[in-house]
Amino acid sequence: MLEKMIFGRYVPGNSFVHRLDPRSKLLFVFLFIIAVFLADNTATYALLLVFTLLVIFIARIRLYFLFNGLKPILFLIIFTLLMHFIFTKEGALLIDWKFLKIYEEGVRQGIYISIRFLVLVLMTTILTLTTSPISITDGMETLLNPLKRIKLPVHELALMMSISLRFIPTLMDETDKILKAQLARGSDLTSGTVKERIRAVVPLLVPLFVSAFKRAEDLAIAMEVRGYRGGEGRTRYRQLDWQLRDTLVIILFLLLVAALIWLRGGN
Amino acid sequence: MDISLQQVGYSYAKGTPFEKRALYEVNASIRTGSYTAVIGHTGSGKSTLLLHLNGLLKPTEGVVRVGDVSITADTKAKELKKIRRHVGIVFQFPEHQLFEETVEKDIMFGPLNFGIPEEEAKQRAHELIRLLGLPEDVAQKSPFDLSGGQMRRVAIAGVLAFKPSVLILDEPTAGLDPRGRKEIMELFTKLHKEEGLTTILVTHSMEDAARYADQVLVMHEGRSVMAGTPEEVFGDADRLKSFRLGLPRSVAFQHNVEKLFGKQFGTLALTEEQLAETIAEALKEEGER
Repeated sequence: MLEKMIFGRYVPGNSFVHRLDPRSKLLFVFLFIIAVFLADNTATYALLLVFTLLVIFIARIRLYFLFNGLKPILFLIIFTLLMHFIFTKEGALLIDWKFLKIYEEGVRQGIYISIRFLVLVLMTTILTLTTSPISITDGMETLLNPLKRIKLPVHELALMMSISLRFIPTLMDETDKILKAQLARGSDLTSGTVKERIRAVVPLLVPLFVSAFKRAEDLAIAMEVRGYRGGEGRTRYRQLDWQLRDTLVIILFLLLVAALIWLRGGN
Repeated sequence: MDISLQQVGYSYAKGTPFEKRALYEVNASIRTGSYTAVIGHTGSGKSTLLLHLNGLLKPTEGVVRVGDVSITADTKAKELKKIRRHVGIVFQFPEHQLFEETVEKDIMFGPLNFGIPEEEAKQRAHELIRLLGLPEDVAQKSPFDLSGGQMRRVAIAGVLAFKPSVLILDEPTAGLDPRGRKEIMELFTKLHKEEGLTTILVTHSMEDAARYADQVLVMHEGRSVMAGTPEEVFGDADRLKSFRLGLPRSVAFQHNVEKLFGKQFGTLALTEEQLAETIAEALKEEGER
């Protein structure tokens, strides 16, 4: 039932984006998230949107698949959009229908914020769709390595991240199984009052937590048994390899920022 | 309740890159009061098949008929709940579904969901605790304080509590010790006879299929490839082998004996008891000569 969720999933492929070094992708996505906040007018937001769609195209991800998988998040975006329509009361009055008053600024702000949100979600989803969790963690660890000097537990953080990413699908499957078992016992999540529906989640969450804790314990023991002692002196099987295309991605990013600053209205 | 499947097909995650076909044109019919074993290699579609029998999955093609309700790709969710009232499933490792504060409350969860009055549900919970051989004082304990075997029994009680007329068992004894395994299988047989249940057992154990079932359905790579009485199915060792399935131990033993003695016994020994009888008879005959 949850098999359509794609947030945090990896789909193997061989596109340009798939083959990039995880470091360049991570760096790009991280800086992109900051750069998104440079946008402040129609031209810059349009540029961001077009750029993101271009990346989806290059990564050879089917649009239908992407949007279908992000449905729950799209609802959130539409909700923000509506909130802006209703509650921002600036600029010229566009629609005045009974108690509903929609203002120009509300529409503009709503669309801007929605695009910003959408672009952020899409870009991070592309990252996880095209990069295996292990590469993401490797990339993250290498990028953060300099911070070891200020006693940041980089290896431990990377490990925590890879474990959480690794267990997303497992927990999803588990949720699905427990959901089916409770449905078979007549539990009903899709009808009844809000209060009833919230109460119907309990039979799902309790077993899920129990099994998550059990898994965590088993994993800790299994790691200990195999002599895991943290990052000190640990060598790597997969070596990261920075190529020309990765430098190109960084140059592309700089160009995007330059274009954003140039098109920007400023205040 | 009669159950029938006609040309049932199912794909997981239809319309995404993860799409995976699990069932192809499955046909089967299960009569009221029968005990059917579904056997097949890992990944043959057994578990997917049984999810169709109480509407947890809707077929992407074909029709599943349970009693007088038909399930197709566009059956409404409300219809499905009606079916679930009559079809209980004991999933693999059912103890993972326990969640309530006390054993009693957990067993009552199903009955209360299906609108059985609280007093009656409570009474059933206590009956089942006794029936499943759990100590009486377990009712007020947390299910998480019990041993693995006891948790399994509580979870099974939670399904039996709403008195389904069809009982589906997905490897109900996986991970139990031999004694617990036998006790639970015998309990299901007893219930099957006394309550007139229609029982469907999904299992890896050829011995269980041969001993308990009166009808065997063989699944292979998402298709239903063989169906018949245990004698018919286990009598065709070559075909079973082509589906990567073996024979019950007693049948395999009988074949070896037949080979060594160079003679055929008339009947197929589906259980150790039958095997002992067959061999004893053969020896007696030999002695009389």
